[in-house]
Amino acid sequence: MAAIKLDGLTKVYPGGVRAVDDLTLTIPDGEFFALLGPSGCGKTTLLRTIAGLEEATSGSVRIGDRDVTHLPPGKRELAMVFQDYALFPHMTVVDNISYPLKIKGLAKDDRLGRAVKAGDELSLDGLMQRRPAELSGGQQQRVALARAIATHPQVFLFDEPLSNLDARLRLEARTFLKRLQRDLGVTTVFVTHDQAEALAMADRMAVMDAGRIRQVGTAREVFQRPASTFVANFIGSTPMNLLSGVVRGQAVNVSGQIVQLPGDARQHVTDGQDVVVGVRPEYLSLSQSAADGALRGVVAIVENLGTASLVTLESDGFTVAATVADGEEPAIGTDAWALPIPGRTLVYRREDGELVDAPVVAAVA
Amino acid sequence: MAQQTTLPPAEQPAPAAEARPRPATDVAGLGRGRAAAFVGPAMVLIAVFLVFPALWTLYIGITNYRLTGVQARVPEIVGFDNYADALGDPTFHNALFLTLVFVLFSAVLGQNLLGFALARSLATLRPVLRRVVESLVLLAWIIPGSIVAFLWLALLDRDAGTLNALLQTPGLAWLIDYPLVSIIVFNIWRGTAFSMLLYSAALASVPPSQLETARLVGASRWQTLRDVVFPHIRGHVLTNTLLISLWTFNDFTPFLITAGGPNDRTEILPVYIYNTAISGGQMGYGAAVSLIMLVINLIIALFYIRLLRERR
Amino acid sequence: MTPRDFVGRIGFYVLIGLVTAFFALPMLWLVGTPFDEQPGLALSVPDPTLGNFSELLDNRFALPSLLNSVLLALGTAVLVVAFAATAAYSLSRVRIPGRDVLLYLLLLLSSIVTGTAAMVPIFLLMFELGLIDSRVGVVLVLSGGLLPAAIFILKDFMDSVPKSYEESARVFGASAFQILRDVVVPVIRPGLATIAVWTIVNVWGNFLVPFILLRDADKQPAAVLMRTFYTEGGAPNLALISTFSLLFSIPVVVMYLFVNRKYGFRFYGGIKS
Repeated sequence: MAAIKLDGLTKVYPGGVRAVDDLTLTIPDGEFFALLGPSGCGKTTLLRTIAGLEEATSGSVRIGDRDVTHLPPGKRELAMVFQDYALFPHMTVVDNISYPLKIKGLAKDDRLGRAVKAGDELSLDGLMQRRPAELSGGQQQRVALARAIATHPQVFLFDEPLSNLDARLRLEARTFLKRLQRDLGVTTVFVTHDQAEALAMADRMAVMDAGRIRQVGTAREVFQRPASTFVANFIGSTPMNLLSGVVRGQAVNVSGQIVQLPGDARQHVTDGQDVVVGVRPEYLSLSQSAADGALRGVVAIVENLGTASLVTLESDGFTVAATVADGEEPAIGTDAWALPIPGRTLVYRREDGELVDAPVVAAVA
Repeated sequence: MAQQTTLPPAEQPAPAAEARPRPATDVAGLGRGRAAAFVGPAMVLIAVFLVFPALWTLYIGITNYRLTGVQARVPEIVGFDNYADALGDPTFHNALFLTLVFVLFSAVLGQNLLGFALARSLATLRPVLRRVVESLVLLAWIIPGSIVAFLWLALLDRDAGTLNALLQTPGLAWLIDYPLVSIIVFNIWRGTAFSMLLYSAALASVPPSQLETARLVGASRWQTLRDVVFPHIRGHVLTNTLLISLWTFNDFTPFLITAGGPNDRTEILPVYIYNTAISGGQMGYGAAVSLIMLVINLIIALFYIRLLRERR
Repeated sequence: MTPRDFVGRIGFYVLIGLVTAFFALPMLWLVGTPFDEQPGLALSVPDPTLGNFSELLDNRFALPSLLNSVLLALGTAVLVVAFAATAAYSLSRVRIPGRDVLLYLLLLLSSIVTGTAAMVPIFLLMFELGLIDSRVGVVLVLSGGLLPAAIFILKDFMDSVPKSYEESARVFGASAFQILRDVVVPVIRPGLATIAVWTIVNVWGNFLVPFILLRDADKQPAAVLMRTFYTEGGAPNLALISTFSLLFSIPVVVMYLFVNRKYGFRFYGGIKS
């Protein structure tokens, strides 16, 4: 078991694309860590650079106390599960699981024993003599996991491990994968573009964009306090309301309506500053009567989310969405007021999209 | 008939789409050195036995190279004499004309139309029947040329040939009285399989929903063919026509039946080159004619490759 | 069904029948005559016998020429499969600058430099190299001609094999050689088999190249030798020709059936079995 330390890691492809840009990050021993971001953000490249499948342009990768930056992938003592699982089609399940052990030079009995043990742990007994093509997607995934586990690596790397499963199986596999990682206690990095997956599984996560990390934190931190409008947009199954406005004293004027500034933000703004007010639909309480500090609008759309409904209010210059409990939806066309729950309103600078209490970084030219 | 095979089909499945913009430059960890060593042997063979001969043709064509005699040891540069000779030689004109007729009637029209008709009608036949007809057409294509040549000699034989027996025309010497027609029909018989396969694949790619739409609006069979099927397979028609023309143009098999005779009446270009250069020993002149042939090949192939790239 | 449709249907089947007869007619001779007591040029119901096959043994060149065909076909297949596979693998997996241009150029070359158009320089080249009357020379020339298309087809095949197979093996620590032996070769085996069969069928039927390069009847393959059975003076020995033809065509027909069964001929139809 080992921690992973990335220091100033940069990967530039021939042609000048900076897929990973001066990235520094520490993943403690035993952590289940997610790399989250839209496609093309560099998360897969980062994972492949940790694996050694891509050569870092500069910076270093350390696993435990070893600098592995210039080691070939096979010498890094890690195991990787690919998006398509990369099970060799011409080998049986047991041969697939024991193949890495054969490469590592284990005697035949040893590798068979370890393969069978790993297979048993993932309930693959009975499938050991089959070929990958004869397995379901979920079974293939477990074979890929067993193959990774059997090598007893220091680090697991998962590249979109759930994306090839259908929706129902994906939920099962989430729970399964999380429990497996907890039981094994092996430092694990997994890549996903699905924010729900990252929130559900990871101890901590990094949200990436354009080769840089935009925020690192636990699921709760990232969900409750997105560090920028980019993260705010990306995280959450219903997108956060982001309302442009101008600071006026202790409040923000959003197209003529007033939203109170949260206490911790007051000292970081100046009168007349352009800001973006962010508040999650889940943190807005909706009422049919006027309330102080609430945003007024006309109910335009009601979407059923199952246990709750998402209500969209339209007003002059903006729309705002709020969730209400099932059965409490207002009628379409009526007036409604959305009141932010105290302490859940965030204020971002409009010029760079960062929280107003974040230090101002010189604008990148 | 190696020349029938060197172009890959347009029907190959396109390579699987790549999941992410290809970053890796060397996924297998092969390394530049080993990669070069892997490509090397193939490139050497191709360079020596394919590229060099093609380039050398340019040189031989301007010499009076002969296999024997003084010119064998010290060939002289004669400039463009060979080309001038060829272009002014009625036997060359005859060969070129025969080749054009041969390609036009046996490939562009014969194989193309028969192949399309077969592909279209086989789709409506019962599977057993369909397989029988298909297998026969394919067999004609894959049996070695030396054998099919003799089969046709037997079929067309003046005294004991089956064709004369069937048509009740004893003593009709097909290969002497109608030599060009004979090799044209022979080549249709020999090569239709490719067109049939290609058009079968092409017709299968026409979306059934469009055919059904045509039926719903009451289009006749001919209208459906013209307005729905043809626009879909236009690219295939062009591909097929170019390929079979190229192959027929380079086909040496008629030599096995008529050897160019009687009296040069079936001396298509390939046979003409063989007779003048290899048999007659006039290497320089033969090379000049070869170069003309290479240029014609190049033009057809360039059309084809442009087509291939457009469709990828 | 209207009467018009009915007539149309009948006409259709008559046409199909005629076309079938057109394709079958020349081949019937090949099926019947080898077993006919009195082999003739005309089709006839055979008087069954296997006696004709003794002609094969009586002719000093017949069986050895088939062996020559086997040697040429296998020799070329080994060269083409080995060289095309390594080249295709490299070209598919390693970013070599100008790779695509190179491939298209090769393809262009191999389609224009045919045996027919290049018989003069090839004959002279082999003459200068002292490789006239050498089976090795024929194998080299044929390989050079078949390699570009083989590389092109195999590269396409290789491109469709996920790169994650090799990457995954690299993460386990497999060497380039181990990856090749344990992963790549087994995965592309169907492609290699196709190329091998394709090469063999091509060489088996090739007449022109061995015809101009091999003068010695002891070295000539069946395709070339067979012509001497029916073009050299005197009445052709039909017992010999028919049995020889049958024996000579069986391998390609069997391979056609094999490819058809295993991979479906339609799919590979374009590259000609």
